[in-house]
Amino acid sequence: MHTDPARLLLKTRVFTVIVVLSNVVGNLCLGLGLRRVGSLATFSSAAYLQAFLNPWVALGVLLLILWLLSHTILLSWADLSYVLPVTSIGYVLAALAGWFFLNEQIHLTRWAGIALIVAGVTLVGRTAVDTRRTKAES
Amino acid sequence: MTVTWALVGVIVLSTATGEVLQAMGMRHHGEVRDFRPGAIRRLLALLARNRYIIASVCAMAVSFFAFMSLLSVSDLSFAVPVTAVTYVLETALAKFLLKERICWGRWIGASLVALGVGLLAL
Repeated sequence: MHTDPARLLLKTRVFTVIVVLSNVVGNLCLGLGLRRVGSLATFSSAAYLQAFLNPWVALGVLLLILWLLSHTILLSWADLSYVLPVTSIGYVLAALAGWFFLNEQIHLTRWAGIALIVAGVTLVGRTAVDTRRTKAES
Repeated sequence: MTVTWALVGVIVLSTATGEVLQAMGMRHHGEVRDFRPGAIRRLLALLARNRYIIASVCAMAVSFFAFMSLLSVSDLSFAVPVTAVTYVLETALAKFLLKERICWGRWIGASLVALGVGLLAL
């Protein structure tokens, strides 16, 4: 028995939004926190544990756990080759967030990159969510 | 600089492995239809015993710690886009390992995204 297509599309949209937002906000919190913690290019586990005590790092980690869970659930019905490009709209939001909150520059090349990602996401978003289901029914 | 690119390499390989295993594990599990808290708890208990998911979480943990290290030595707007090299790799793996049918719209869309992410990293 299959979920009807309208409900499947709605579920997909809702979970895509959760996946994208938890990832972008989670990475932003991590970026903010790690800037204060300092370099972590080390194999010392004490340095990582210390980093988790920073509230921004801790919030970032929690949001990334939500990301992992919602991403896992989304993949239980949607193609990986659908989920991957569609959730990449997060890169656009990350660039905009870096610009807005961390004062990172967006020059012309980056705006062009943003436009290409939006075009790619729109294109993939119009394909079938689950090609294996379509195949089984046709 | 060498450390930065070594970290990027580790991130790309562990992310691709982790996500393909995750997709395999969830295909094995089947569509999640019940989102009530109790059902989600039961889902988590089931997933904790799913071999693909366990392996996938290990790969993603490697990817996560490498990503944290990368964030501590570079800008967010470099670290996030550069790891998106995984698109090309994972779309190919989805076709050959997961047997997904990738129509031309999806190939073009995925390529546009990869190209855009590349530009974003410049």
